Amino acid sequence: MTVDVLATLPGLAQRLGGDGAHLAAAERLSGGASMETWAFAVDGPGGHEDLILRRRSAPFDPDTARSVSLATEAALIQATGARGAPVPTIRHLCDDADGLGEAYVMGRVEGETLGRRIVGDAKFDAVRGRLARQCGEVLVPIHATPPLPGLNLKVSDGEGELNRYEEVYRASGAERPILDLAFQYLRRRLPTPVEPVLLHGDFRNGNIMFDAEKGVAAVLDWELSHIGDPAEDMGWICTNSWRFGRPDRPVGGFGDYADLLDGYQAAGGRPIELSRVRFWQMLGSLRWGVMCLTMYLSWANGIERSVERPMIGRRVSETEADLVVLLEEGL
Amino acid sequence: MITHPRTEELAEAVGAWIDQIRPSLDPRNAFLARVAANAMATIGRELTLGPVAEARAIHAMAEVLGHEGTHGELNHALCGRIQAGEFTVETPGLLAALKVMARDQIAIDQPNYKPEGTPPPSAA
Repeated sequence: MTVDVLATLPGLAQRLGGDGAHLAAAERLSGGASMETWAFAVDGPGGHEDLILRRRSAPFDPDTARSVSLATEAALIQATGARGAPVPTIRHLCDDADGLGEAYVMGRVEGETLGRRIVGDAKFDAVRGRLARQCGEVLVPIHATPPLPGLNLKVSDGEGELNRYEEVYRASGAERPILDLAFQYLRRRLPTPVEPVLLHGDFRNGNIMFDAEKGVAAVLDWELSHIGDPAEDMGWICTNSWRFGRPDRPVGGFGDYADLLDGYQAAGGRPIELSRVRFWQMLGSLRWGVMCLTMYLSWANGIERSVERPMIGRRVSETEADLVVLLEEGL
Repeated sequence: MITHPRTEELAEAVGAWIDQIRPSLDPRNAFLARVAANAMATIGRELTLGPVAEARAIHAMAEVLGHEGTHGELNHALCGRIQAGEFTVETPGLLAALKVMARDQIAIDQPNYKPEGTPPPSAA
């Protein structure tokens, strides 16, 4: 289904702003491969409002994509926000009348999401040293949010994740010795089970809005939210694919493990061992490698013909280059 | 292979043309054009660096496995030994061989990528 979003936004602007409201600006922000993000503004009787439209552009397949619906995503943002997590305000959940398919509108939060800028831009020099600790702190209210009834979030643990990604890897037909060795290695070192909690599921540099003065401004991109080991969210932000050229700073390319763990514990989170984070970090590289294979396959199978997809397939080797070092170092 | 032009030169020319028209495109297509130019650069690197990388991978895998074969045969055998649990991180020479292969592949796919263990950039 192709939707002309630009042609649809004036109607949405009127619906949101009331009688006399009109669309003041609209621009597609380049971003994800399966999700579209549009910045737009509404001028109306109530004044000027800067908004973000998030809509799914690729077919929704809960089995392979693992994503939650955008309605669930909006519900999670509201629930974690109520617990004190920094998240945007949900403004409107789109319905059939909007003609935009699966989509919602949220208030625009000012800040930076481009990982490379947060890691390298001088603008963030002053705040950078505080970010890892803040990331630990903001995970606490997220993990403390009781999973909402009726959302049917997937529940998983280390073994479940390995099973899931190994199945996808085997089905792909790809033969990559480093991925095979990483699966074997992690299976032999499964962490002891813990009480599962609500996870953001994609908590990494790139999905967090940072302000150059106050640090974390909002946690975005909730589509992979699920229930599992709290160390999973920590390991993912430590995965080198999201350090943007600064592997020497393990947390997001901006901070150290100790700050992330201390921030979590100081804000009331249960203490988590570094080796447990490292397990999930390594599984993070492996998971990203398998996800890259999946993106290539979606192109090879004709589901998504964008040139972006096969090129992401060539990012498997970045995870192999990382995994082989992690296999040498150990957890 | 003929040399006037070599295949990697064709890839280079296409990549340069994509870069040239990029500023005239809308944001989404400008993004995709950048991806396309990167793809041409990857093709160019594979054409120039690929043969040496493949020869080195064949040598490394044959060494660990103790037998000869094509790249495909050795790679298949290596994955099989790991899956069967016969090869582990303790297997002499395995991680060293895999590291050579990984470094050669990243040099083709993303030469600017900084893998785990890369020291911080020097202050200079």
